[in-house]
Amino acid sequence: MKPRHRKLAIIVSGVSALGIAAALVLNAFESNMVFFFSPSQVAANEAPRGKSFRIGGLVEEGSIKRQSDGVTVNFVVTDTAKVIPVVYTGILPDLFKEGKGVVAQGKLSADGVFRADEVLAKHDENYMPPEAAGALEQARIQKTVMTQ
Amino acid sequence: MIPELGNFALILALLLAITQGTLPIIGAARGIPSWIALARPVVQGQFVFLAIAFGCLAYSFVNNDFSVMNVARNSNSELPIQYRIAASWGSHEGSLLLWVFMLSAWSVAVSVFSRHLPDEMVARVLGVMGLVSVGFILFLLVTSNPFDRLLPAAFEGSDLNPLLQDPGMVIHPPMLYMGYVGFSVAFAFAIAALLSGEMDAAWARWSRPWTTVAWVFLTIGIMLGSWWAYYELGWGGWWFWDPVENASFLPWLVGTALVHSLAVTEKRGSFKSWTVLLAICAFSLSLLGTFLVRSGVLTSVHAFATDPARGVFILAFLVIVIGSSLLLFAWRAPKVGLGGKFDLVSRESMLLANNLLLMVAAGSVLLGTLYPLIMDSLDLGKISVGPPYFEAVFVPLMTPAIFLMGLGPLARWKQASLPELMLRLRWAFGVSVVTALLMPFIMGEWKPLVSFGLLLAFWVIATIFVSIRQRLNNSGQGGLFTKLARQSRSYYSMHLAHFGIAVFIIGVTLVNGYETEKDVRMEIGSTVEMGGYTFRFNGASPVSGPNYQAMRGDIEVLRNGEKIRVMQPEKRTYNASGMAMTEPAIDTGFLRDLYVALGEPLEDGAWVVRVYHKPFVDWIWFGCLLMAFGGILAVTDRRYRLKVHTKHVETATVADDKRVASNPRLSTGGKKA
Repeated sequence: MKPRHRKLAIIVSGVSALGIAAALVLNAFESNMVFFFSPSQVAANEAPRGKSFRIGGLVEEGSIKRQSDGVTVNFVVTDTAKVIPVVYTGILPDLFKEGKGVVAQGKLSADGVFRADEVLAKHDENYMPPEAAGALEQARIQKTVMTQ
Repeated sequence: MIPELGNFALILALLLAITQGTLPIIGAARGIPSWIALARPVVQGQFVFLAIAFGCLAYSFVNNDFSVMNVARNSNSELPIQYRIAASWGSHEGSLLLWVFMLSAWSVAVSVFSRHLPDEMVARVLGVMGLVSVGFILFLLVTSNPFDRLLPAAFEGSDLNPLLQDPGMVIHPPMLYMGYVGFSVAFAFAIAALLSGEMDAAWARWSRPWTTVAWVFLTIGIMLGSWWAYYELGWGGWWFWDPVENASFLPWLVGTALVHSLAVTEKRGSFKSWTVLLAICAFSLSLLGTFLVRSGVLTSVHAFATDPARGVFILAFLVIVIGSSLLLFAWRAPKVGLGGKFDLVSRESMLLANNLLLMVAAGSVLLGTLYPLIMDSLDLGKISVGPPYFEAVFVPLMTPAIFLMGLGPLARWKQASLPELMLRLRWAFGVSVVTALLMPFIMGEWKPLVSFGLLLAFWVIATIFVSIRQRLNNSGQGGLFTKLARQSRSYYSMHLAHFGIAVFIIGVTLVNGYETEKDVRMEIGSTVEMGGYTFRFNGASPVSGPNYQAMRGDIEVLRNGEKIRVMQPEKRTYNASGMAMTEPAIDTGFLRDLYVALGEPLEDGAWVVRVYHKPFVDWIWFGCLLMAFGGILAVTDRRYRLKVHTKHVETATVADDKRVASNPRLSTGGKKA
């Protein structure tokens, strides 16, 4: 190979490798983005069916019920305007409490129950997950608009 | 009084940092020897004052001075002494003070171990580090003063986050910061090279050990963080692709690329501009990581502040540092030059390919970490990017990188022959394929992904053996041990670090492939079977710790009907904050970990219990340790030690090195004296 060809070969292989890598990354990115919806948005049918997404808000007071196997838990997430019933199997985080902020990831089933495969409550007592705080804020604004 | 003293020391340190960041650089440019000579004493003075400032903060924490806001917020009189000391870097303010204190410690180290460098170079390097220091001290004084008073004083502090009350957390942040800050030395060397326009093999050799040491600290820091997450968070995971973790992983990826690129610059004089760019990137990402974690952008356990003034300062600081260094790069890089040429198939080209893969990997992690933040701040909706994305991207990107990692050390510099390489490596390839196919059967079940992961690991190990064997065959007369002793430490260090990667891959592959986990309801006396072990729950009883109350579970582990140990996981509630914490019990073994954690209490003394069986999980951290040891071995190589003892033959050694560099076999194995 002449030096010029060699150089060209290096550049072409480098660029094509980068191109493949970029395509790979963007494709994976596209298919693994998880969107967030507030209970009001879910109630308005804005959330996708059959695709995983996140919901957030407060765990409604008095809503936590444990099924007889001990590990399956039902609770209700509210943004003070609308509610979503959630079912989750497994150990809940230490800071999961009634009246506190929560974010759950999972799918909405046909009967309107949100089947969570992950429940997140963060590491700090006073901390509110930003998505949950946002959902509450949104609902508050909606309410004020409606009452006016 | 003591906090005011600390504050005053911090202000004096700022003045010295300003001096350090200006006069020596101007002196080096204008050729004013007295200004150049200022660099070292000023650096040492700044270190003294920052040490005083940090000492004052630690003193306030140890003595429970709750009239200091930082202490009142992050400590408590019930807190054990070691955590009170650790609390001084547990908060946003304290951790930044630690950062800048470490920066000054690194600067002092540079000023002491650089006697053999040209004075202008040292002046520029220390000057750049001084400028970074100015930014950080200003940030502390203006927006995050750790010595701010709280009037009237609090009667009692609100406690350190219980998650941080752990030995792992005492050393994790300093290690991580040592790594972050250490890259500032590589950065300063790079900027100094751009300023002077001179960059040769000697430059690479000076900055290489500093970069390696920083990389070692960062590796250990990340390892400790991962290990802490595993045993403290109670989830049994070791990596979550959490933004906070990514923030530390990004500089590691780029730093790894930098370590390798520097090797090429030293040995072959190639990759010059690329090395400079990587040094700038590594440090920029360290800054980004520090601020991302500490500024409250990512609200999590690591983030303590939500103050817009800080955000603006941080953004401005990042823009100035990254923008000006990239501008300087664009302007001066042509002067530094690209360096030597090499063939399409050569060790250089393989290292370059690996560098690119590491950078693409870093880019994809950066995308996944920042994109949700950008979307959110622009009000375009809330999204999250979880582990599936990172895994989908990382495995395909790292696969060719690890393949090349086996190939590279055997390829010749400048021009290698592919057929010859294939011939030399045919049995290594065969052995790794066969082992990888058979190994999963020993584990009980054949899984394609496990086999694939093991193939990568065994490939690395097999190529290391081939490399060492061929090296010994080519290293003259003598018995096996004479030959082994003849190889340089830097040669072994490379293989040790690569072996660490292989061990790490084995750990990750096997734990992902064969772990079992169950969340079960356990009544008193009931049992669970897992991985050949029986777990019997004997109930939980209350205990009290120094600053918490807990329920302690009692779980017997039986193997073949024999009791092998008792595990005591705890569910704690901390007195001051009222925060609940899960403290799992772990039985660590060479081939597996047993992991139990208490969930929630049910009726009649029953509990929800989480039981894990994790094969080979400790290999993950052991692999990281091996990598770090590899780095330590590399910096103790003969040629660095020689430099310190033989300053006076500086010119001779440099000339000698050029000769050595043209002969790859001598360059690591040969004697230079």
